[in-house]
Amino acid sequence: MSTQAPSIHIQGSISIAENRLIETLDMDIKAGAWSCLLGASGVGKSTLLHLIAGLTEHIRFEGSLTTNDRLPLEGRIAYMAQTDLLLPWLSILDNVLIGQRLRGEPIQQNRAETLLEALGLQNHRHQYPSQLSGGQRQRAALARTLMEERDIILLDEPFSALDAGTRAQMQELSAQWLKGKTVLHVTHDPGEAARLGEQIFLLQAHRLQTLDVPALSIPRPVDDPQTLACQGRLLRILREVAG
Amino acid sequence: MKQLLRIMLSVLLILLAWQALVIWGELPHFILPSPLKVVTTLWESRVLIASHAWVTTQEILLGLLIGTVLGALTAVWLSQSSVARYLVKPVLILTQALPVFALAPLFTLWLGYGMASKILVAVLIIYFPVASSFFDGLMQTPQGWMHMGRVMGATPKRLLWHIQIPAALPSFASGLRLAAVYAPIGAVIGEWVGASQGLGYLMLLANGRAKIDLMFAALFVLALLTLLLHYAVGRFCDVLVEKYRP
Repeated sequence: MSTQAPSIHIQGSISIAENRLIETLDMDIKAGAWSCLLGASGVGKSTLLHLIAGLTEHIRFEGSLTTNDRLPLEGRIAYMAQTDLLLPWLSILDNVLIGQRLRGEPIQQNRAETLLEALGLQNHRHQYPSQLSGGQRQRAALARTLMEERDIILLDEPFSALDAGTRAQMQELSAQWLKGKTVLHVTHDPGEAARLGEQIFLLQAHRLQTLDVPALSIPRPVDDPQTLACQGRLLRILREVAG
Repeated sequence: MKQLLRIMLSVLLILLAWQALVIWGELPHFILPSPLKVVTTLWESRVLIASHAWVTTQEILLGLLIGTVLGALTAVWLSQSSVARYLVKPVLILTQALPVFALAPLFTLWLGYGMASKILVAVLIIYFPVASSFFDGLMQTPQGWMHMGRVMGATPKRLLWHIQIPAALPSFASGLRLAAVYAPIGAVIGEWVGASQGLGYLMLLANGRAKIDLMFAALFVLALLTLLLHYAVGRFCDVLVEKYRP
């Protein structure tokens, strides 16, 4: 099922309801790497994710969206949002299996249980989302994402609602588990981008900028001087962009 | 428990006031029978009242069941088809402009004096609140879940079954709560217009023969039935909301 994670190339302009959001986008998302997308609110980051995910009913896109292996994007993407999107009426185990249910595929309960165990949720598999802490819920969402076995992972600020400690932990866990996949991670947090980004994009009104990243492999230690310097530099740029 | 005590206390107060009114107001028993008299009649006519209550209970439950199923199916259909929304929704609202009470004689004419015409009145009264609240719920599935489902490659049918319908169950529950209140009204209206059985029929009959104590006894049983139904459906809805609330 899983193929080699592709690179994604987007070229064109994006509008929503006659409003041109991004003028001439030219974006190369590296294959099998973690790319972070920074930018102010409302600049079109989530729209860009939706475009790649194929959730395009409100988006007008003129241009091309291609992968280096020329295979279609459909069916190769998993998506994690800011909220965990766990279904409150299903147990954690059934939430992890929801993708297979929605596609009518055979249910691989053993694999789901193995994943839950690897993420430290084995004792919670029969509990409901409301019984879990925010961090545990986001880990369950990660298990559900991994269960999908997709090459491309789109992350829409999935850790932003977590407290600092849990967030750092989730960043490490995700970096470890999503290694080798093509990740596009929308975030507001320069610290997060500095820790995780193997490629960092900054989206501003109508244009996209690629920023330098530290040489260390990810997840970079939180107190690494290079990472901290990168975080500071990103924050300075964001500060300038905010005007 | 405390609440039950409070309710019993206020019922007791009402009964005392009622009894006092009858004693000191010197009201003739065919205008207002004393509560004691009503209780006596209720006991003496228990077989008669029970047989009529059974008919009304069946009408209410069948009306509730059929109305709820039809309402729910309509809601699902409307949520899935924009053509249906365009064509059928106005008709649905139009039917609410017609008072069901005014249609009841027609149903009796068409379906006879039996249970069917009463069930139909109940169904019509129940149908709309269930259909409209469930439909609203189905149209308001949180967007994140819909996006997730679509990215996962769900077919529309599976998306409906695994996400949209469960997510709309709390809205369905609020429609069902209303329906439980309306169902007895529908059945009794049907019986008033033309029937040979049922509590509504018994009340009219007793009224016509100046057996006001029997009328009150039947009314009491009807109120009890309605409260029981309200309570049972309410508990069921609480469970639904608790489990499926986002």
